[in-house]
Amino acid sequence: MKQRPVYLDLPRIRLPLPGIVSILHRASGAWLVVFGIPLLLYAVSRSLASAEAYAAMKASFSHPVAKLFLIALLWAYLHHFCAGIRYLLLDIHRGIELAPARRSSAVVLVVSLALTLILGARLW
Amino acid sequence: MDWLIQRLSAVVMALYTVLVLAIVLWNGGIDYSGWMDLFAHGGFKLASFLFMVALLYHAWIGVRDILMDYIKPAGIRLLLETVTVIALFAYLGWTLQILWGSA
Repeated sequence: MKQRPVYLDLPRIRLPLPGIVSILHRASGAWLVVFGIPLLLYAVSRSLASAEAYAAMKASFSHPVAKLFLIALLWAYLHHFCAGIRYLLLDIHRGIELAPARRSSAVVLVVSLALTLILGARLW
Repeated sequence: MDWLIQRLSAVVMALYTVLVLAIVLWNGGIDYSGWMDLFAHGGFKLASFLFMVALLYHAWIGVRDILMDYIKPAGIRLLLETVTVIALFAYLGWTLQILWGSA
């Protein structure tokens, strides 16, 4: 049997850009399920409870640590959103060649980070 | 079927996201009374409910795929899947309480 090279040396495996977008899609999705959904429901339920509860929630989200956490969640949502649109386009055979697929994965990373910075700055 | 639901639910969530952004931007931000008015609107309640159903189903498919890939022992995977399903149904109940509950 022919000897084939086996590369399981993780630091030596260079994940291509679409692969990075893919694993981040998964990681951001997991992050959103574990933290995003309960926090969303908690925040909306408190905010609708009373004017005092609304103000109290606003105040608790003004803590720098809370803001950083919210911005991390915001990035997760935006990345998952942008990467998701890219997958929907790939599904309808838009940009499936190697070069456009690489380019669109770079666009996803840049756009989601840029939107996070813009919206995050406004949130701060 | 799941393949299709994963994509349809994504489109529902994307549309809802754009809707909420448009409402907030249109009003130049939103304060407490605007927020209360928004959630008092029957159409917005229904849209929010559809968003949450799409989100929870989408989350189930995603979590199940992740668990199938990384958790090999069937017993532990079944346990984690069960915990996930219970949590997602609880979130659905919470959603109903928020949107149509009296409290």
